[in-house]
Amino acid sequence: METAGKINLATMWLSGCSGCHMSFLDQDELLIDLARKIQLVYSPLADIKNFPENVTVTLVEGAVNNEEQLDLLKKARNRTKIMISLGDCAVTGNVTALRNAWRDSDKAVLRRAYLETADFHPQIPNDIPKLLKKAYALHEIVKVDYFIPGCPPSAGLINYVLTELLCGRTPNMENRSKYG
Amino acid sequence: MNDEIVINPITRIEGHAKVTILLGKDESVKEARFQVTDFRGFEKFCEKRPFYEMPSITSRSCGICPVSHLLASAKACDEIVAVNIPRTATLLRRLMHMGQIIQSHALNLFHLSFPDLLLGMDADPAKRNIFGLLESYPDLARQGIRLRKFGQEIIEKLAAKRIHSSDWIVPGGVKWPLTKEKADYLLANLPEALDLTLKTISMFKDQLQNLDEEVQNFGNFPSYYMGLVTESGGLEHYDGKIRMVDPDGKIVADQLDPTKYFEYIGEADEPWSYMKFPYYKPLGYPEGAYRVGPLARLNISSHCGTPLADEELREFKKLGKNGVVQSSFHYHYARLVEILFCIERAKEILEDPEVLSENVGAKAFVNRSEGVGVAEAPRGTLIHHYKVDKEGITTWVNMIIATEHNNNAFNKAVTQVAKKYIKAKQLSEGLLNRVEAVVRAFDPCLSCATHALGSMALDAQLFDSEGNLIDRIIH
Repeated sequence: METAGKINLATMWLSGCSGCHMSFLDQDELLIDLARKIQLVYSPLADIKNFPENVTVTLVEGAVNNEEQLDLLKKARNRTKIMISLGDCAVTGNVTALRNAWRDSDKAVLRRAYLETADFHPQIPNDIPKLLKKAYALHEIVKVDYFIPGCPPSAGLINYVLTELLCGRTPNMENRSKYG
Repeated sequence: MNDEIVINPITRIEGHAKVTILLGKDESVKEARFQVTDFRGFEKFCEKRPFYEMPSITSRSCGICPVSHLLASAKACDEIVAVNIPRTATLLRRLMHMGQIIQSHALNLFHLSFPDLLLGMDADPAKRNIFGLLESYPDLARQGIRLRKFGQEIIEKLAAKRIHSSDWIVPGGVKWPLTKEKADYLLANLPEALDLTLKTISMFKDQLQNLDEEVQNFGNFPSYYMGLVTESGGLEHYDGKIRMVDPDGKIVADQLDPTKYFEYIGEADEPWSYMKFPYYKPLGYPEGAYRVGPLARLNISSHCGTPLADEELREFKKLGKNGVVQSSFHYHYARLVEILFCIERAKEILEDPEVLSENVGAKAFVNRSEGVGVAEAPRGTLIHHYKVDKEGITTWVNMIIATEHNNNAFNKAVTQVAKKYIKAKQLSEGLLNRVEAVVRAFDPCLSCATHALGSMALDAQLFDSEGNLIDRIIH
């Protein structure tokens, strides 16, 4: 997968709204420069279906919400040098973790949506990945190397962090990062 | 015996889904299912919160169309506080919505779908994305980036933030007015956006000649269509009333009150998807399945109301019988017509003498215990419904999301494509990509729809009816 002179970048979304990925795209024309420096090896914006080996940087949006996401995250961690929590859901759980305030939240949210508001065939779906008991921030599950908070983080901040990392420097988040 | 092919995850769509293709005894495709695989539970965790938090929380359903959620939510809250918002606030909310439809449609076309249409359905999957497009069609990819940026800048100039601009849209109107400087900036950039759109429409129509097979087979079937229309039956995205049109173009219901949606829309569940299945109640489930979104809006509307979009709409309607275009592939064309409309409408709003007025918000507290807000999101009709107690704390929340309405149509469409292209005994990545491409045509927004999957490898396995593995693709 390694292409001459380019750094392997992966992006993934777990349970979130895709807003952090949209903010990534909000780099607008800077994406054209970025394209010269990175090889996108795995992403919801691309078609490689299996998380590859030897990824240099992985940006992860979203909280860890179901069993499938848990497995994918662990696999990605094992295959990534630098893992970054992108946005408030990955960093803290944020809106995805609002459900955690309810007792047996996995059951409570499903009951509310599929039994109490359906007019026909009310039933809880079962042939799909199972919800975890609660939604987790990324670093509760795996080691995270950098955190970019924000809902979403601005395109400028995402660009800053990537640029620093691509130049081999450590991003300085002081006065740059904020929640919400 | 469960013989199936699984495509997981579907990529270049918004959200988490997979497709399972079920095979019959003779190894032909029996049925295909579009399955949504994640769920966040907004309807539950939005309970017991102050109603004025709703725009801010519910817009987090979706990072692509947060503005539609802000609008539907704020409209539900306007009802709860029982105010008619100032005309300028309506103009500014509409303007923001135009920005969002432009950016969302541009995203689907350039960043997600054009890699299939221009690089080819069978192109190298490592290159079949926006970065691959930048390499092979740099000018076109740059056009897409610029057009999406124009839409995002409308939002940013109004609300100071591109995504989740929930500081600005509030119950009763908007928080601050538009300045002349910002209006002038947008007006100065508008001609370029218009030019890019016209160029893209012309390119798309040239390409159509080579895409006849896709047009014929990508979700090409009769269905009902639903959406908001103006009083005169024109294209509408913010206010308006519900119209339902049958497969022959006959209006079966018109000017229905959108806040009474529960009288004519029901929701069904299936055990194999986190996304619910709405249906038109008078016809029942599943016969009452309908489509929403750009294609449906153009099918139900007699006109757009702006000159260039009206001209393009006439061209569009020629592709169908009685002005109803059945092929889901033409969601792409419909998106282009809508972008054109939104740019023209944005110009009209920016030139309205009242757009810079400083009267942009009404202040009031809880005056009603219930509110429903409805808007046309980029992907179709979006409904927010809240009940609150005397203190304004939510006791019950229901959301019907644009993408959900199309749930039945997704399944019909993936089945049609799978039947056409997937012949048992042999699979190829490119054939499976066609199944994904039809999903992209609908532009589903699944974070929204399941009020929000992880990904596993694409491991497509083909078994014969004895359960023997006859073909397998992993990548």
